[in-house]
Amino acid sequence: MSRIRHLISIDDLSKSDIEYLLDRADDFLDVARGKRRLRTLEGKILANLFFEPSTRTRMSFESAMKRLGGEVINLGTLEATSVAKGESLADTLRVVEQYADCIVLRHYREGSARFASQICDVPVINAGDGAGQHPTQTLLDLYTIRKEARLNNLKIALIGDLKYSRTVHSLIKALALFNAEIYLVSPETLRLPEEIMDVDVTFVECDLKEAIENADVLYVTRIQRERFPDEEEYRKVAGSYRLTAEMLENSDAIVMHPLPRVDEISYDVDGLKNAVYFRQAFYGVPVRMAILSEVMS
Amino acid sequence: MNVLTISKIRDGTVIDHIPAGKALEVLKILGIKSGSRERVSMAMNVESKKMGRKDIVKVEGKFISDEELNRIALIAPKATINIVKDFEISRKFRVSIPQRVEGILRCPNQNCISNDPKEPATSEFRVEELNGDVVAWCVFCGKKVYDVEKYLV
Ligand SMILES: [Zn+2]
Repeated sequence: MSRIRHLISIDDLSKSDIEYLLDRADDFLDVARGKRRLRTLEGKILANLFFEPSTRTRMSFESAMKRLGGEVINLGTLEATSVAKGESLADTLRVVEQYADCIVLRHYREGSARFASQICDVPVINAGDGAGQHPTQTLLDLYTIRKEARLNNLKIALIGDLKYSRTVHSLIKALALFNAEIYLVSPETLRLPEEIMDVDVTFVECDLKEAIENADVLYVTRIQRERFPDEEEYRKVAGSYRLTAEMLENSDAIVMHPLPRVDEISYDVDGLKNAVYFRQAFYGVPVRMAILSEVMS
Repeated sequence: MNVLTISKIRDGTVIDHIPAGKALEVLKILGIKSGSRERVSMAMNVESKKMGRKDIVKVEGKFISDEELNRIALIAPKATINIVKDFEISRKFRVSIPQRVEGILRCPNQNCISNDPKEPATSEFRVEELNGDVVAWCVFCGKKVYDVEKYLV
């Protein structure tokens, strides 16, 4: 496969690039669990540049780097940095790349990661840019699907906010490479935008019950309160997209969620074998180990 | 061409096969506006076998630059360019759509890094022709632009 230098968008990866990275993640499973030690990135420094808080993503990268023997430096609170004094992102990057072997960037402006990759000599990994891309989330979703169900010819239901969830949008693009059949379950106002449907997959719009009967994977996303004009309307909608243990009684479908959840998955689902969302969070570590060792090797 | 009432030019550029109604955009790209000193003639909504209706622009004493050619191609992908020297056509060619343009289009996405005045980011688009229309993608945020003339810088 072609050597991956920066990881900016899932669109930059071919099917074989993705498969390669997921295979590499497999190699790191035991290390990610702390059962085996590896020092392959010893002496390397990763800079976490988070211009927007995302504690889990940041910690997941930190864990991945440290499990491989590397060190991590952080931007710290924004109020305390030169950014607060009006420094451009470009200048911040040019300085930080002097201190590190790789930069993980999360920024509120779309396209900032691509911009960073043009400026920096060290590899840049996109950890979310505005409403844009978050490719490591997509890769860990794919890894979870491959591990807990199957990636090829998959039937997957995407449930909840399909309009604003960038996780869902990137996942659809990637799943198109693996011949998926996609069930869409969402309130009228939060349907998947037309432009996202411009990929080579079969889409089926249906209700939650049909999705549970048909799909191998139920991918649940959060419906945000602020998308609705009044509280009552929100309650009505959110309630009808809530997954409970009872609904899963006769189902082998695995349940995924990018987390954090509010109440779209009832707590009684947590104990079922269907629930894989906490393992999904764990899989972020081996996947990010694969990416970090790929770009820094 | 004998139906046209616009005069021949001695030295300069004739841009033919501009989509009907886009001649003024072409003049804008060439930097010709009220107060300009170039001698310009133009015909709008002329009958055309190939296009139904088309516009034509002639500019005396002006030889078009590559940068201007790229811009014209974005709004008039079928345009033909005639370079005239001493009343004779010395060169004739079609514009070709560039695969990438830098600094020519502005991204419609307000939250795109290329629209942040603080950052030294030059706007950059990948360009493609789809069924005769020009489509451009922002290299940074991925935003697709169909009505490119609205976003010419
Ligand atoms: Zn853009």
